[in-house]
Amino acid sequence: MSRSRLTQSNRTGWTMALPGFGLIAVFIILPFLFAFGLSFTNQRLISPNPTEWVGFDNYRQLMGVGVLTLEPERDDAGAVIRDEDGAIEYPRLRGFTRGNPDYAHLDGMREWTSWQWGEDRVVLLARDVVFMKAVVNTLTFVAVVAPVQAGLALVLALLINQRLRGINVFRTIYFMPVVVSIVVVSLLWRFIYDGNDGLLNNLLSAITFGAFEPVDWLGNPDTALPAIMAMSIWQAVGFHMVIWLAGLQTISPTLYEAAEIEGTSRWQTFRYVTWPGLRNTAVLILIVITMQAFALFAQIDVMTGGGPLDSTQTIVFQAVERGYGKQDISGGSTISVLLFLLVLTISLIQRYLTRERN
Amino acid sequence: MTRTNLMAGTILASALATGAAAQTELSMWYHGAGNEVESEIINRIVGDFNESQDEWEVSLQSFPQGSYNDSVIAAALAGNLPDILDVDGPVMPNWAWSGYLQPLPIDESLIENFLPGTKGEWNGELYSIGLWDAAVAMVTRQSYLDQFDIRVPTLEEPWTLEEFDAALVKIKESGEFAYPLDLGMAWTGEWYPYAFSPFLQSFGGDIVDRETYSTAEGALNGDAAVEFGEWWQSLFERDLVPGTSQDPADRDNGFVEGKYAISWNGNWAALNILNEYGDDTLFLPAPDFGNGPVIGAASWQFGVSATSEHPEGAAAFIEFALQDEYLAAFSNGIGLIPPTESAAEMTENYKEGGPMAAFYELSESQAKLRPVTPGYVVAAKVFEKALADIANGADVQDTLDAAVDEIDADIERNQGYGH
Repeated sequence: MSRSRLTQSNRTGWTMALPGFGLIAVFIILPFLFAFGLSFTNQRLISPNPTEWVGFDNYRQLMGVGVLTLEPERDDAGAVIRDEDGAIEYPRLRGFTRGNPDYAHLDGMREWTSWQWGEDRVVLLARDVVFMKAVVNTLTFVAVVAPVQAGLALVLALLINQRLRGINVFRTIYFMPVVVSIVVVSLLWRFIYDGNDGLLNNLLSAITFGAFEPVDWLGNPDTALPAIMAMSIWQAVGFHMVIWLAGLQTISPTLYEAAEIEGTSRWQTFRYVTWPGLRNTAVLILIVITMQAFALFAQIDVMTGGGPLDSTQTIVFQAVERGYGKQDISGGSTISVLLFLLVLTISLIQRYLTRERN
Repeated sequence: MTRTNLMAGTILASALATGAAAQTELSMWYHGAGNEVESEIINRIVGDFNESQDEWEVSLQSFPQGSYNDSVIAAALAGNLPDILDVDGPVMPNWAWSGYLQPLPIDESLIENFLPGTKGEWNGELYSIGLWDAAVAMVTRQSYLDQFDIRVPTLEEPWTLEEFDAALVKIKESGEFAYPLDLGMAWTGEWYPYAFSPFLQSFGGDIVDRETYSTAEGALNGDAAVEFGEWWQSLFERDLVPGTSQDPADRDNGFVEGKYAISWNGNWAALNILNEYGDDTLFLPAPDFGNGPVIGAASWQFGVSATSEHPEGAAAFIEFALQDEYLAAFSNGIGLIPPTESAAEMTENYKEGGPMAAFYELSESQAKLRPVTPGYVVAAKVFEKALADIANGADVQDTLDAAVDEIDADIERNQGYGH
């Protein structure tokens, strides 16, 4: 279909697309434009004060970072003071970041992370540490979930793409978590992950004959995010399995027959027949999973609320928490705009990397 | 049920509107949908009021508590507030400041004898009035205290910090309980500031500086607050209390199942415990951490929306609801603390010598309002996160500093919240 026909004479087509376009425009594009505008103001959810234009303040507040090098505390002789364990003692950060006129540019910042540099300690400061952690957590989540979920879904799709008696039972079982509300699934997994007598702890303890020490999966900063990743992968893997399956079924059986006649191994069949045939499906799945993973919210809201110690904060959770919880619509809008830019950038990069090379 | 009543009310109202003795309709919103007993009581009050006079006709709409505040805010933004609405005590200044509520035009002599926590005052004016109050207590059993040889504290002589701490350690060392104390960390949300900011206040700190309400500096990160924070953190480090990942089911049933020796819990949970332990149950006052024992005050209260065209009608309804009969009905129905002594005498649990009379005394003598400022809504969230982070091992001073910065930034962004 040529471009001119689409734009000039396909009136029926446009009429049919109108309801869809209209809904997207009213409920997605328009609110986003609002968010974009609000992110430059100090708009509150409820307030009698008039809204004021604040320029890039919200962005500066969210993304401000700084670096501070702390020198060790020294005694009168100039020797480094160490505590009982031999660790070097440093002056407290709050002496620099709270009302110290010599370090005005760091005022109100907090420690994000720090590392040792000789005897000094280099501290990376952020104006909004919670947001920074949310960004890092979200990126980690995407980096793990996108490939693992896509890979697992492909394996499942290959498994159920066989003519076996009762294969529909397996298809149904794998697909079941997708049709259950994510809120319900999250609540159930909260019980599974329970630190005292949760199903997972009991199971691990049973198969190791009691050698396994119960872990408080959601209460431990080291395991909370991986626990949510595992549960999220399990929950949505069935959806992507179905898309892979659709892709698999578009591959012509004649190709497989030809490969068989040539005497290919199963791996060679997958590598040279199946995988090239799934190219477009793979691009679609990767982009869809990436976008869904960036929108991580419900699991966090139900299971951890961002804790413990911000180990499960995510960008969308922070946007909602600020916009509604803390009545800071402008802050929430700013986070949404940043998320949009982030997802757009990554999607464009993915499009570029997976483009058709002629 | 509520919807049927509402529809019936609407039909009735429209039928009456066309009649000769036209009653003016007043809309009313309430947060208690889903609780059958509560709905029944509030419906009875509305029904009685509508029959008692022929000028006003109240029609009630109930919302689930979880989405009530959001509904009110959405309605306010859309300009659709009802005439009468109920509001959680600490949130009231926020709504009053935002222009959702108007000062309550009721006869103040009616509420002279009410518990102080039920009166929602802001900027020197009464905006809301509660038909009940709520209180928290250290709930335990006489037999536990006897077993571990712990003194039973009284209102005059509550536990001191050292005494309380030593008691927890002693119970812990016996190994008979999963944890000696249950603070209710599973109840995220308003429970944290409601139940735990009184500890901070008893240490000498506060969520914000109540002199000026313009900063939290010094109140939330001063020496007293840091001392509180260190103690708070040590409770979790020493495994004296379950942490933030506590199973909500354990919070609800852990004490009656014998997992915890002491439970920091509200009067609304008391009926369940009394059924289990009967006379052995003790409702003890909050410990005195240095600046007197404190518990949180204020529960849900009634007010009149700023956009109401008939504030006198709305006030007439609220005055009608303030009768002892209804105050006692709420108390008997869902275990709430009646706001007057005369109503308390009419209840089963709060009359002199009643099993829950201790809560009335606690409410009367220890209750302190959460900071009365429109900024409380945000400060409470910040406080909740700070306490959760400290419980999970974050540095006390840094966490409190960060909380102060966030609260101060919010106050500044709101031009001081009108103080």
